[in-house]
Amino acid sequence: MSVNENSTVGTARVKRGLADMLRGGVIMDVVNPEQAKIAEDAGAVAVMALERVPSDIRRDGGVARMSDPQMIREIQETVTIPVMAKARIGHFAEAQILQSLDVDYIDESEVLTPADETNHIDKWPFTVPFVCGATNLGEALRRIGEGACMIRSKGEAGTGNIVEAVRHLRTINEQMRRLRAADEAELYALAKDLQAPLPLVLEVAQTGALPVPLFCAGGIATPADASLVMQLGAEAVFVGSGIFKSEDPNRMARAIVEATTHFRDPSIVAKVSTGLGAAMRGAETASLEQRLAERGW
Amino acid sequence: MPAIGVLALQGDVREHRATLEGLGARVVEVRSPRDLDVIAGLVIPGGESTAILHLLVTSGVRAPLQERLNDGMPVLGTCAGMIVMARHVRDGRSDQWSFGSLDVTVRRNGYGRQVASFEADVALSSGGSIPGVFIRAPRIEEWGSGVEVLGTCNRGDGDAPVWVRDGSVWACSFHPELTADQTVHRTFLAAHGLL
Repeated sequence: MSVNENSTVGTARVKRGLADMLRGGVIMDVVNPEQAKIAEDAGAVAVMALERVPSDIRRDGGVARMSDPQMIREIQETVTIPVMAKARIGHFAEAQILQSLDVDYIDESEVLTPADETNHIDKWPFTVPFVCGATNLGEALRRIGEGACMIRSKGEAGTGNIVEAVRHLRTINEQMRRLRAADEAELYALAKDLQAPLPLVLEVAQTGALPVPLFCAGGIATPADASLVMQLGAEAVFVGSGIFKSEDPNRMARAIVEATTHFRDPSIVAKVSTGLGAAMRGAETASLEQRLAERGW
Repeated sequence: MPAIGVLALQGDVREHRATLEGLGARVVEVRSPRDLDVIAGLVIPGGESTAILHLLVTSGVRAPLQERLNDGMPVLGTCAGMIVMARHVRDGRSDQWSFGSLDVTVRRNGYGRQVASFEADVALSSGGSIPGVFIRAPRIEEWGSGVEVLGTCNRGDGDAPVWVRDGSVWACSFHPELTADQTVHRTFLAAHGLL
């Protein structure tokens, strides 16, 4: 037969499809090939390549940007699992560079310093899929409207404090239940309140779920945190500083992977939580000078 | 009716479950060795093969599942599930292992990284075609004489097998669970009296 002329890359289905394949897994922040190897050995489904984990970005201050391509390449050569990388909010030139590097997912991330105060990246023209953070349903649907193929809670990155991620997941779920229960005539006003595209609001009202996978990020520091957010409806977890800022990263990584798979079985979560050593130190979000979750809109 | 298992350690378990239940099958999610006792067949979903292989070991499912496979339990693997079943795996980790029940040699990410992921029709050996969604898909590079090619796809270098059967082991490079087409699941279930 002749070469298939209907073949297409970069469709919404293949971009959202990779997010589907990551479900039930753990995506780990890594800053060098050695950490990437530890993550893959521990059963991570993907790694996020970045120069500093969020807790260090928070400590160091200054402008946080896309990582050096050399460092991303070294990590791509080290592991066989998908490699993600972060671009600044609105910085489509960084995203173009990351796509040319063949990264598997781009995180348009509030952990980096935003490049545009008004606009997020128009994600539709890209072949590579994007994940974006959201604190509520309106924000999630605005990002999906711009072409995001995966939504994650923002949490409060770099704190080791799960409270913000829990708030975001509960808010998104509560707002989806509200849409599901609404009278059809109410959906127009609800779309206005959410500041979300009407077609996406109608879709959520019908299905009761986001059109793309919902993952959790921000503040996960223990296996119990992973179990908590999975039970709250997250479909996979991102762990940033929580692994490589803990006392024993190798064991912590394996334990969080186990807890994410077996989140419904407290006896397994108890077993992997035993004798883990200290989790990352963490910070109380009320005392923070810079709230990363407030970046993006 | 006998139950069909879906290996639920990681990956797109929900889509397989929905497709199987849409065909009227009774589904059990498999996360522990005891779950294997109640199933008459197994689907290994798409996901990350390194993570699934790791979790097969830590969950204790690997050894009892190998026994069931040796006894001829029917299995359908999609994408990562094909890698898990293959006899030989190229571009894997240095410690890559697999059950080896499917006599093929596959190359991980053989069609490229995510930016090369694609949709294309799969030509059926029985005639007609079904939609194929290929995501960082494994490529079948060699296959034994006992392997039946059920579907092919042409990426510019000839018709290559993307849906195969080796006795009771079935596998595809693509994700039939991500489309509405039930052909792959129905054919598998019907061939083994699981419907």
